[in-house]
Amino acid sequence: MRAQTPLLARYAEGLFWLARYVERVENVGRLVDVTQIFESPGREAEAWYALVRINADEATYAERYGAPDPDSVKRFYLLDTDNPTSAPASIERARLNARQLRPLISTEMWKHLNVFHREVMATRPDELEGDRLSRLCARLKEGVQTYAGITEGTFYRDQGWYFLNLGRLIERADQTTRLLDIKYHLLLPAGAEERRVTEMSQWGALLRGAAGYHAFRRVTSATFTPEDVVGFMLGDTSFPRSILLCVRQMEWHLSQLRARFGLRGTGAPLERIEELRAGLLSHPVERILQAGLHEFLDWVQRQLMAIAAEIGTAFFRDWRPLADQDQVQDQSAA
Amino acid sequence: MSDPFQSYDPGPFFCEVTASRPGDAGAAAVLRSRLAAIGLDALRARAAAAENELINLGITFTVYSDAAAIDRILPFDCIPRILTAAEWRHLDAGVRQRVAAINLFLHDVYHDRKIVKDGLVPGDLIFGNANYRPEMEGFPVPHGTYVHICGIDIVRDQEGTFRVLEDNARTPSGVSYVIENRHLMLRAFPDLMAGMRLLPVDEYGRRLRAAMTEIAPEGVDDPNIVLLSPGIYNSAYFEHVFLAREMGVPLVEGGDLFVEDDRVFMRTTGGPQPVHTIYRRIGDDFLDPTVFRSESLLGVPGIIGAWRKGNVALANAVGTGVADDKAIYAYMPRIIRYYLGEDPILENVETHICREKEGLDRTLAHLDELVVKPVGESGGYGITIGPRATAAQLEAARAALVADPANWISQPVIGLSVGPTLTETGIRPRHLDLRPFAITGKDTWVLPGGLSRVAMKEGSLIVNSSQGGGSKDTWVLADGS
Repeated sequence: MRAQTPLLARYAEGLFWLARYVERVENVGRLVDVTQIFESPGREAEAWYALVRINADEATYAERYGAPDPDSVKRFYLLDTDNPTSAPASIERARLNARQLRPLISTEMWKHLNVFHREVMATRPDELEGDRLSRLCARLKEGVQTYAGITEGTFYRDQGWYFLNLGRLIERADQTTRLLDIKYHLLLPAGAEERRVTEMSQWGALLRGAAGYHAFRRVTSATFTPEDVVGFMLGDTSFPRSILLCVRQMEWHLSQLRARFGLRGTGAPLERIEELRAGLLSHPVERILQAGLHEFLDWVQRQLMAIAAEIGTAFFRDWRPLADQDQVQDQSAA
Repeated sequence: MSDPFQSYDPGPFFCEVTASRPGDAGAAAVLRSRLAAIGLDALRARAAAAENELINLGITFTVYSDAAAIDRILPFDCIPRILTAAEWRHLDAGVRQRVAAINLFLHDVYHDRKIVKDGLVPGDLIFGNANYRPEMEGFPVPHGTYVHICGIDIVRDQEGTFRVLEDNARTPSGVSYVIENRHLMLRAFPDLMAGMRLLPVDEYGRRLRAAMTEIAPEGVDDPNIVLLSPGIYNSAYFEHVFLAREMGVPLVEGGDLFVEDDRVFMRTTGGPQPVHTIYRRIGDDFLDPTVFRSESLLGVPGIIGAWRKGNVALANAVGTGVADDKAIYAYMPRIIRYYLGEDPILENVETHICREKEGLDRTLAHLDELVVKPVGESGGYGITIGPRATAAQLEAARAALVADPANWISQPVIGLSVGPTLTETGIRPRHLDLRPFAITGKDTWVLPGGLSRVAMKEGSLIVNSSQGGGSKDTWVLADGS
């Protein structure tokens, strides 16, 4: 047996992005599904346009479709390969990365992605209609979940596995912020009681969209408040899609890259992660809601971007020539 | 039960399954009865499922035409071609002999040039060849091996005689299909194979890795080996992936490598890692922009310098294209006798060299009977098959010949052997060739069998994948089976 085999920087980057793009496909399915539940008679356009806003896609959307319109928004995210945040564009990029990574990923991962890619690319406009839309979303989610299961069971866990998970975790945390942000963009009725009921049902739908509803019910009292939901999505330590859990796992993966593989350069991204974790733990949910959930989510998104950038600098693009490497070694020896 | 072979008629051609051969021991008869037991409909359904599996697995190559790149699978025919143990011994010995002669020839060409001085091969044919690399002159390669991976295209004429059609000594491709085809057969047609004693094809990756270890720079016992590919848009990318995985080495692109102080490194998450042996699937021209084509983005600047310093091994060596040129091919029987003092085990196809007046005259006089091929081209491009060509095509070939005779050779049309092949109209004869693959480090090893390429169109003689050819599993019967 050989000692730890080195991982090409290009492969590490490819794995990171493969995971992010695949995770996006699942989240398109979740977001569309949730939005469908939020759709209320007479307000369809607003409900669907929230999707465009949480993805910050207003400009691209306006350029391609003009005015907000439910069918256009669905097409934009489920059929439009020119929209980089759509399901087909994401699976296309995922497959392109996977193609680069074929020497590394398991044959079964590649085969599933290849077949799933073909299915997503072949989505027909009539599958966006009526009850078929929900089934389409389910297929998107299940396609990614199957991939995740295959990966869990077949992908060799050396360095590459950690980079794959880092990409998945960052993307998942980012998507949770967007799912939460939907709520910010939704309109509420004027009457107090009607408003309370609608609001609770919206929060419930959001939890269901994140596959967290039942776990949430288990850990909270019968009557729950918006604070409870936001606290659960941001800071629960056991919910797989909570931001805090994703952040802790990122931390663990980076530490392992250092401990198991002796990779330098984990310092800067770890510091960024610590910053995000501190921000999550030090702000009580009540304060976050008072100061503005949308603004807080914005900050989380920026932090996630900064973490991704630090990982990129440390491992992907910073292919240090020998001279620099020696310098680093000298310094650490001194 | 109707026999799907009932109306099978190979005509004047040698059939690779039905021709009676000593040592066949009934394997062909068993195969035929098993095919009959499955029946045409089930065969078709299973063949379609098998091809679908190839698509799902992305076992594809890329065809470039009209500026569009299309991923295609290599059409797969489920009826194998059978080689007897005796036939294989003959082929194996012939391929090894040929590889030995090619390596000796290359060493001579880049050192003492004795074969030219002795007047056996005209010097300008070698030194005026575009694939001749002056950078190689006087440069020693480990074990005298220039061609580590060699693919030799072999056809069989109407009498059943094997003849070499072409040597591929640069970056021959296709070996991945040999192994994938066998795996596909085992999955989709286990009942055809049950109990057949066949030589295995699984050893290729291990042998290749061993050879790459043998040629590593001196003093490196556990070399870092990589496979250098032009990347995902190359037509043979699947094969590069396949071979990297079979060897268990990284598949790298030019951008993953860099040279410092005449040493090659790959860029990894943990910083630069040294590289000792490179199986490169990039042509000479693109390998090092500081030495060859300066605009190449595929290669690695400085890699030739590192190689010449002996810090990294390249497989195949640079400059091997001078040996597999179609013009040199005509001299191969002489080359074998000259270096080895033996008669060629595998014969050539008779070849007219149009750069010589006699060859040109002969070719022009019999244009409608001969196959005219450009030298230095691969992939079946630019070939005119006289008996099949239209008057206009013949005129175009004539004009090209007269304009630049040295660019052409011609050969008689060989009635290529056929193999029973599943078609829309039943099991029909289709023409085949065979490309065995030889690996050479210290010694030469030949993968049992090789790639059997089949022209899927009725009567067609062109088996190249870029021209719509397919492939079959190649069964080499074990001794005494």
